[in-house]
Amino acid sequence: MSTTRPHLRASARTAAAILLAIALAGCSLVGSDDKPAGTKDVVLVTHDSFVLPKQLIAGFDRQSGYHLVVHASGDGGTLTNKLVLTQGDPTGDVAFGVDNTFASRALDADVFAKSDVPLPAGAQQYVVPGDDGRLAPIDNGNVCVNIDTGWFADHHLAPPRSLDDLVKPAYRGLLALPGATTSSTGLAFLLGTIGRYGDGWSAWWRKLVANDATITDGWTQAYETDFTQGGGHGKEPIVVSYDSSPAFTVPKGSHTSTTKALLDTCFRQVEYAGVLTGAANPEGAKAFVEYLLTPAVQKALPDAMYVFPVRQGTPLPTAWARFAVQPQHPYTVSPAQISAHRDAWLREWSGIVSG
Amino acid sequence: MSTARRLAALAATALVPLAVLGVFFVLPVSGMVGRGFWPHGHLDVGGVLDVLTRPEIRRAVWFTVWTSTVATLLAGALGLPAAYVLHRVAIPGRTWLRAILVVPFVLPTVVVGVAFELLIGQSGPLAFLGLDGSPVAIVAGLVFFNASVVIRVVGGAWESLDPRPAEAAAALGASPRQVLRDVTLPALRPAIVSASTVVFLFCATAFGIVLTLGGLRYSSVETQIYLLTTNLLDLQGAAALSILQLLVVTLLLLAAAAARRTPDAGVARSRARLRRPARSDGPALLATFVLLLLVVGPIASLVVASLRIDGAWSTANYRALQTPGAHQALLVPVTDAVVNSLRIAVDATWMSLLLGLTVAALVTRRSRSRSERHLRAVLDGLFMLPLGVSAVTLGFGFLVTLGRPPLDLRDSPLLIPVAQALVALPLVVRVLVPVLAGIDDRLRQAAATLGASPVRALAVVDLPVIWKPILAAAGFAFACSLGEFGATSFLVRDDRPTLPVVIFRLIGHPGDLNFGMALAGSVVLGATTAAVMLIVEQLRVPSVGTL
Repeated sequence: MSTTRPHLRASARTAAAILLAIALAGCSLVGSDDKPAGTKDVVLVTHDSFVLPKQLIAGFDRQSGYHLVVHASGDGGTLTNKLVLTQGDPTGDVAFGVDNTFASRALDADVFAKSDVPLPAGAQQYVVPGDDGRLAPIDNGNVCVNIDTGWFADHHLAPPRSLDDLVKPAYRGLLALPGATTSSTGLAFLLGTIGRYGDGWSAWWRKLVANDATITDGWTQAYETDFTQGGGHGKEPIVVSYDSSPAFTVPKGSHTSTTKALLDTCFRQVEYAGVLTGAANPEGAKAFVEYLLTPAVQKALPDAMYVFPVRQGTPLPTAWARFAVQPQHPYTVSPAQISAHRDAWLREWSGIVSG
Repeated sequence: MSTARRLAALAATALVPLAVLGVFFVLPVSGMVGRGFWPHGHLDVGGVLDVLTRPEIRRAVWFTVWTSTVATLLAGALGLPAAYVLHRVAIPGRTWLRAILVVPFVLPTVVVGVAFELLIGQSGPLAFLGLDGSPVAIVAGLVFFNASVVIRVVGGAWESLDPRPAEAAAALGASPRQVLRDVTLPALRPAIVSASTVVFLFCATAFGIVLTLGGLRYSSVETQIYLLTTNLLDLQGAAALSILQLLVVTLLLLAAAAARRTPDAGVARSRARLRRPARSDGPALLATFVLLLLVVGPIASLVVASLRIDGAWSTANYRALQTPGAHQALLVPVTDAVVNSLRIAVDATWMSLLLGLTVAALVTRRSRSRSERHLRAVLDGLFMLPLGVSAVTLGFGFLVTLGRPPLDLRDSPLLIPVAQALVALPLVVRVLVPVLAGIDDRLRQAAATLGASPVRALAVVDLPVIWKPILAAAGFAFACSLGEFGATSFLVRDDRPTLPVVIFRLIGHPGDLNFGMALAGSVVLGATTAAVMLIVEQLRVPSVGTL
């Protein structure tokens, strides 16, 4: 680039700058208001894993006459705390995504209003104990240890089967998992180990850390970057993920999955939806909760959010029916216990992994 | 004009920026901090102070201090020579180099994390270094991110620096090293101090980089605030750390203001004359090269990964940007998010420029009394505060305090650009203040004596000098807005997302295609920003002659 320019070119450049500014001004948001006239909004507050096919969202608008607006940010924990902080003055009308690890906190803080949404057959078993018609269960899934079956065959190593196995020297440095303080998947896994070992959980975790487990901030990094079957083709053949994950690792043209979930390592997560206390549009909110329980939405849940429907008799996608096996007896911790001890557990856990 | 009238005029001009700062920063932050101090309706200061004695908090504070200090020093050590090379030496392709070196600054931190992971992670080409999850990786990430700030801020000042004192010194027999030490660096001190302050604050509030590169073994003040607020709902703890952050920012700004004060930094309106690379430029060229490697390495690994599918080259990831992703990961195609991001960035840019110019003009005018000078100094510091405060606190603060009339702004489409403008504002101010401060007030007085109105004086005295810095600031603000993630993620609507939010969502959804699209989206974001920076460079209006 030459360093001296005639002044004529300078003024041409100034003109270009002004033209560009005017062009950009056309892009401004000022004065733009594209709210569809005549419809009432239903604002959904949810976590950033919320996904529904476009047709189904349009379907809600069509059937109910409301217009659905989605506000999604953070994980399930962030969502719950956001709801607690804005209690009585919510940022929306209806919330989806508070799970059984956070449900008690939300119910105690009076975040949800009684709505008595009628539950379909099969959903009743997932209701939070002691809840009086405020939170409707929508979906469930299990956080389980997943393994790369091919890797273990190639390395002539017997794959692990239980939580006990993971702290054995044979599996040193082979596990990647998301942390409990920054990931709801990680929190569910921690609760699973508490369900399994009771007060002995911290000793197990110390052994796990000593066994060189890679602890990441989120599920993504553990699965997509570190796991051998993830998008980034990492180095670790064991990962903490979901019971449904094997349905997503079936290579094109193949009839088998390259991964397997260990069903003796699982903790069940249930996600709920409810009408928010102080909602501007409680009728619309209730209509949306009911919509989430309709057969059409329940059928779409596996492909959209990798979770199982709660409605009995909902058909599963083909790959799921074959490869996504649900555990019969996942480890459990009652919501009341979680509510009472969660913070203490997380602090102790944090100390163990960063020590 | 009497002192009282001058102060009144000052206050009146300050009113608009102060109101914006009050509503969109002071109110939300104090709303969150207040909840920590009044946990059950009564004031509990002791409980807040107790937080600071917890071992994990003390560890986080120490970790933040040392990583930020090291990263700031390194960013300076690499950024200063690069600023010199890219702004004063005639090397081929320097416009392009400048644009490339600024890209990291706008990449969302989550993307920076992924880019570094691709490089130093377990299956990356640099895995043998064993940096994955180490503090070295965190510091490298911070330097990667912030060196561009040093180049931009110091480079702008260096370029418009009057070369004659240095030439005179050289003619009188000073060695290049002596010229640098005794003439050039003292003249650049305000810009260097500004840049270092900003970089230190960016490092100290870095969140995504510490999380993605450090795993959970290391935590900083910022990640602790995130954890305490979003996970444990320990508002007392978060309040204690937020107050600590505010305190550190204030102290740092006071120290910076003292260090910045130079007797007469007269910025002459000379255009930089580029010199040919000489042997004495060797070390500077080497530092620039090292920085280039540090920047290009992760970016290249990102670009390569975005173009590979199942071991073969493919543009499928880019073509997929017209779709909402696999398994309906998004509500709208990525291309829609690009348009949204650009629209929001336009608004954020003019807002931050308007506010930034007002603030910069306010704080640089010569004061006639001690109280006036103090007032201007306080104003200067006030608008720097957003730099040092957690995006989590601010984001939650918006939700908590801006939901009720008369400030029912939570759902306003302009809230996002306003929030981003506030994030960019300190940068804009820091770019403009050294230049405005360098204009000799006697020129304005002379213009006034010769009968020029204040507006005309502004047009003939200030404008010719400040044109370039304004464009540079605009580019920065635009880039800041394009890459902003923290505050935006709290406010964004799913049907109108921004590109960084979309990238974050894609990364969080299973499936090779989504991961690939996230990489492609990051490349698009980086390329868009680089293009904007290139346009800004091209539009640089040559200054109007020399004095």
